[in-house]
Amino acid sequence: MKTNFLMLHTITRIVSFIVLSFSVYLFFAGHNAPGGGFIGGLMMAGALILLYVTFDAERINRVLPFDYTAIIAIGLLLAIVTGLNSYLFGDPFLTQYFEYYQIPFVGEVELTTALPFDLGILLVVVAVALLTIISIAEDVS
Amino acid sequence: MNNIVLLPVLIPFIAGAVLILFRHFPKLQRISSAVVMLVMLAASVLLVYSVYQDGILTVELGNWPAPFGIVLVGDLFASLMVLLSSITGVTCLFFAFQTITKEREKYFFYPFYFFLLTGVNGSFLTGDLFNLFVFFEVMLISSFILIVTGGTKFQLRESYKYVVINIFASMMFLAALAYIYGLTGTLNLAHIAQQIEEIGQTGVVNTAAIMLLIVFGIKGALFPLYFWLPQSYYGPPAAIAALFGGLLTKVGVYAIFRTFTLIFVHDISFTHTVLLVLAALTMVLGVLAAVAQFNFKMILTYHIISQIGYMIMGLAIFTPLAVAGAIYHIAHNVVVKSALFMFAGATQKITGTNNLKEMSGLLKTHPALAWLFFISAVSIAGIPPLSGFFSKFALVLSGLEAEMYVIVAVALIVGVFTLFSMMKIFIYVFWGSPSLQRSDYSHIKLAPLLMPIVPFIVLTIAMGLFAEPVFTFIQLTADQILDPSIYIDAVLGE
Repeated sequence: MKTNFLMLHTITRIVSFIVLSFSVYLFFAGHNAPGGGFIGGLMMAGALILLYVTFDAERINRVLPFDYTAIIAIGLLLAIVTGLNSYLFGDPFLTQYFEYYQIPFVGEVELTTALPFDLGILLVVVAVALLTIISIAEDVS
Repeated sequence: MNNIVLLPVLIPFIAGAVLILFRHFPKLQRISSAVVMLVMLAASVLLVYSVYQDGILTVELGNWPAPFGIVLVGDLFASLMVLLSSITGVTCLFFAFQTITKEREKYFFYPFYFFLLTGVNGSFLTGDLFNLFVFFEVMLISSFILIVTGGTKFQLRESYKYVVINIFASMMFLAALAYIYGLTGTLNLAHIAQQIEEIGQTGVVNTAAIMLLIVFGIKGALFPLYFWLPQSYYGPPAAIAALFGGLLTKVGVYAIFRTFTLIFVHDISFTHTVLLVLAALTMVLGVLAAVAQFNFKMILTYHIISQIGYMIMGLAIFTPLAVAGAIYHIAHNVVVKSALFMFAGATQKITGTNNLKEMSGLLKTHPALAWLFFISAVSIAGIPPLSGFFSKFALVLSGLEAEMYVIVAVALIVGVFTLFSMMKIFIYVFWGSPSLQRSDYSHIKLAPLLMPIVPFIVLTIAMGLFAEPVFTFIQLTADQILDPSIYIDAVLGE
């Protein structure tokens, strides 16, 4: 008999969006306020794992057809390469650069090289968390 | 500020990350990893040269100034160790090409090989105790994976012990860091050294020192914490065993050298006496266990332990000559021990066994292998004019000068036993009538197996024949680490 998790499905549809958007907020809040790539990535992984738990893995794998192993590598490379660009200016590794820009409609925005670095961290954290949990889950079945 | 210091850490890191993407292309992985390793070797040579020319090089990551930010420091000792790790890395990689199975290559052998080297080089170059912990972890997690891949029952059982003991050590490391941070308010090595000089090395500082010694003793396989080593190094294939046996324990030894020459130098009568006792026991028990074995690889793994005793002995005697002898011994041991493990791998590939009693007569069928093995065996036993003689000579001489006759006697007797067990291998494996038929081994090409070992043999001969220039350089290294103020000034810039 197929069990029907109506409550879980309905709530997850709403909650996962809230969690995902909050994780994006946390990601951008980082660097000057509490937040950043690591914590944002963990929260994003949490939201995605909630989706995996609520709906079956096959369906989510169809929606998110990513090779998480490759994402780990890409995330690592993104973080290192961001650190490496300081070599171009003769500064030590990982030196960060930032500048304030006026963007129409948005107003003053700070663009920093810490952002792509953090994005790399986020990718690694999300991919590692998901890969670990999915591998263990698939091992049982 | 000098970014050269970072290259030996960054090159393998980037290579490892890129190679994850190409896990399904073994040929591409082999070619690119060989190229990257050679680049890394060149970078380490460049590092040693620039440190030799310009003195200690430091780089403050992210441009944050020294005691607050993270620094990487390349002094002579650290850059020499990086050079050794690159040499071992190159040769073990080329040996791995010949001996590693296809399945291992698919399961991220090359990425984790490079992450391991990232951790090793990072541990050598870091100027910060917490980052030493981080790089230790990078190294250990990679080594867990390299040890356990394959998943035989033996491997799973032994790597479980390896993982547990190392996680225990890591937790203890963190506790020791908390002590030190509580005492000095900093984790920058140079800054800690400065603070401890001011507050004096009292009881609590000694507690932290001994805690760190236990942690590094576990990683470096000192008495009585070496029990995890022989079995877990026995499991993985020869290329990895050579890398681990040559390099990984030396990271622990390096950390002991760094902390007990830079930071804990104000209560030598206590700390270095402890080191001396541990050195003697490590030497004796390691070599006795080796003598009792009849397994090629097992003899070698137990010899790792007894050789570590020599290094710590040099540190414990704590005169410039003794420390130089110990550093010489580290260099000699990395070279020769890796070579010996590769010989074990080569003979295993030819005969299909590690048991000495099942092999015989390889001298007739494989003379090149036999004589190259003979050279490295007598080198580790300390026969002139090979490198092993000069390191032991310096250690014994300095022990006599310091009037520490007991440790000198122990070192000499252990040397005899080392010679005995090496000759035991030689007699069983290479003497006697050949046990193999020509058809058994004719399909195994010996030349590609021996090629990666030849550089090591050349190095051990060169380090013996040109002992004077090499020793002058190592004496310089020893003088540099024995004067903490050079290091402190270079990092904190005062």
